[in-house]
Amino acid sequence: MDLLDNLVLGFSTALLIQNVLYCFVGVLLGTAVGVLPGIGPTATVAMLLPITFEFEPVTALIMLAGIYYGAQYGGSTTAILINLPGESSAAVTALDGHEMARQGRAGPALAAAAIGSFVAGTIATVILAVAAPPLAAVALEFGPADYFALVLFGLIVSITLARGSPLKALAMIALGILLGTVGQDIYTGTPRFVLGQRELYGGIDFVSVAVGMFGIAEILRNLENERDRPVLLGQVAGLWPTREDRRRIVGPILRGTGLGAALGVLPGGGHVLSSFTSYAVEKRISKRRAEFGHGAIEGVAGPESANNAAAQTSFIPLLTLGLPAHPVMALMVGAFIVHGITPGPNVINDEPELVWGLIASMWIGNMLLVLLNLPLIGMWVRLLRIPYQVLFPMIVLFAVIGTYSLGFNEYDVYAIAFFGLLGYVLIKCGCEPAPLLLGFVLGPLLEENLRRALIISRGDPTVFLSRPISAGLLLLTAAALIVVALPTIRRRRETVFTEDD
Amino acid sequence: MQRRRSLPDVLAGGVFAVIGGVFVVGSLGYDRGTPLRMGPGYFPLLVGAIVTVLGLAIVVKGLLAGSDLPFEAVPWRAIVLVTVAVVFFGVFVRVLGFVPTSFVTALLTAFASRRVRPLTALAVAAGLTVAATLIFIVGLQLRLPLWGW
Repeated sequence: MDLLDNLVLGFSTALLIQNVLYCFVGVLLGTAVGVLPGIGPTATVAMLLPITFEFEPVTALIMLAGIYYGAQYGGSTTAILINLPGESSAAVTALDGHEMARQGRAGPALAAAAIGSFVAGTIATVILAVAAPPLAAVALEFGPADYFALVLFGLIVSITLARGSPLKALAMIALGILLGTVGQDIYTGTPRFVLGQRELYGGIDFVSVAVGMFGIAEILRNLENERDRPVLLGQVAGLWPTREDRRRIVGPILRGTGLGAALGVLPGGGHVLSSFTSYAVEKRISKRRAEFGHGAIEGVAGPESANNAAAQTSFIPLLTLGLPAHPVMALMVGAFIVHGITPGPNVINDEPELVWGLIASMWIGNMLLVLLNLPLIGMWVRLLRIPYQVLFPMIVLFAVIGTYSLGFNEYDVYAIAFFGLLGYVLIKCGCEPAPLLLGFVLGPLLEENLRRALIISRGDPTVFLSRPISAGLLLLTAAALIVVALPTIRRRRETVFTEDD
Repeated sequence: MQRRRSLPDVLAGGVFAVIGGVFVVGSLGYDRGTPLRMGPGYFPLLVGAIVTVLGLAIVVKGLLAGSDLPFEAVPWRAIVLVTVAVVFFGVFVRVLGFVPTSFVTALLTAFASRRVRPLTALAVAAGLTVAATLIFIVGLQLRLPLWGW
């Protein structure tokens, strides 16, 4: 039993005392930033990345992953209690979860979210463990042309899933790729677009891009309109769901898990899409359709399970192909590289402790999250009392120090200011920041594989169409572009996202 | 279709077009090579052109059938102060040392809020400086001088 051996290896790594400790730190921080509006997991991971360089690679990745799925979890708490989704995927949870809280049933809503997330996390971890090795084996057959097609496919698909204007998302991706070309050319060493500054030869640091676009720009958006936070509703009492509740959440949890696990693999906002889809499915098949929007527990359990399952399975492309599905994963690619590991299909064979340790840690992390959230809900609620006036200077200061400590390069700090301003303008104009970061991280990969494929084929561009994998992926990419461009489908897609917003 | 001009669309498209254009012009200075053996200029030229075209397309769409976005007041004070705070840190951290630079950066940032009272800002900046020193210098052993003089 390979799977069993792998899981044993994983758990023996993940259960090392320092790994459990940092897994705990990760999910704790993740829950905190998920609860706090105005700071998300991407900015947090970007800020903490420099700190993790001191750790063992597996410990670093366990902690960073913990922040990611911990934030999905924390976001639902505020969605239910104060109708303020801390994370975009929790927006659906707010619909019925907050309604339940207003009816004095905040406890069962939180419990349904917690139980759903835990069950989904457990199942999705097993799916991840089963699916990763064969996928990595397939990926080992990939040539440069196939990789080029795969990266392109990933980038384009991420648009079809993102919300907002597809044209702008496409432009954001292209802009990200373009900014990724700054620095020395990989083949000739020619410095490109460095404005004569030696400090830019290594390229723009992706931590600066992430901190600027997700941290600073978000703060500027929040300072546009300083409002008081909504007041908290009463006390949370009676956590345990009734027998009726328990019966009602089984189906939604299992369906949500399946949906989330499948959609999470897709690049882009898989976890957001999966929670919306799960809600729509539950609403459609429920016998109590009228209750939805008025405190139906299915509307909490389904989407919460879906987004948690998606958070786990979105690690599949990262661990098997080296492709990040989410900006946080893009940052984790950076963590891999800093530790001298090239993310890709070889990782699973070359660094088995790392991959399996990370997978096993997710299950441990999910258990920690349940322990951390249900009994300590009062503590998280109190966290919301931290005034924003304290919070945002803290984010800015820690972001600047953290980024500077990466390489003691002041240009990394200037880049934060630049990307903060650029991000602010673009986000204000309706562009999503995530595609830019994905393009930025994947751009160099795209260029390298394009050039290598053409060198190998002696300049024959048909290589992209004569290899079956590459041709298939390019065909799918073209199909995805057409889907985005068709107005009828676009309108439907918008309704999926804006429904009950 | 109704004609709707949209400032955000035009602005976003303009930003894309300008940045794309700058990169196109910049990449003309590098060796383009041939498709067989692409030089350093080939890929940026291609992508820069794509960004420019997409930017122009967004501008055109914004002029004909723009998206309806709420456009809230620009927080000039926050933009200026946060940017200055970040740049200040980069310029002065080596000169002034970690503690004074962090304090000024935090203070400038705190004043970005229109609601903050001066005393609160001072307290926040002082508290954050202490916290940052403890976390980054004491805890994480970051090798930076505490004081510059």
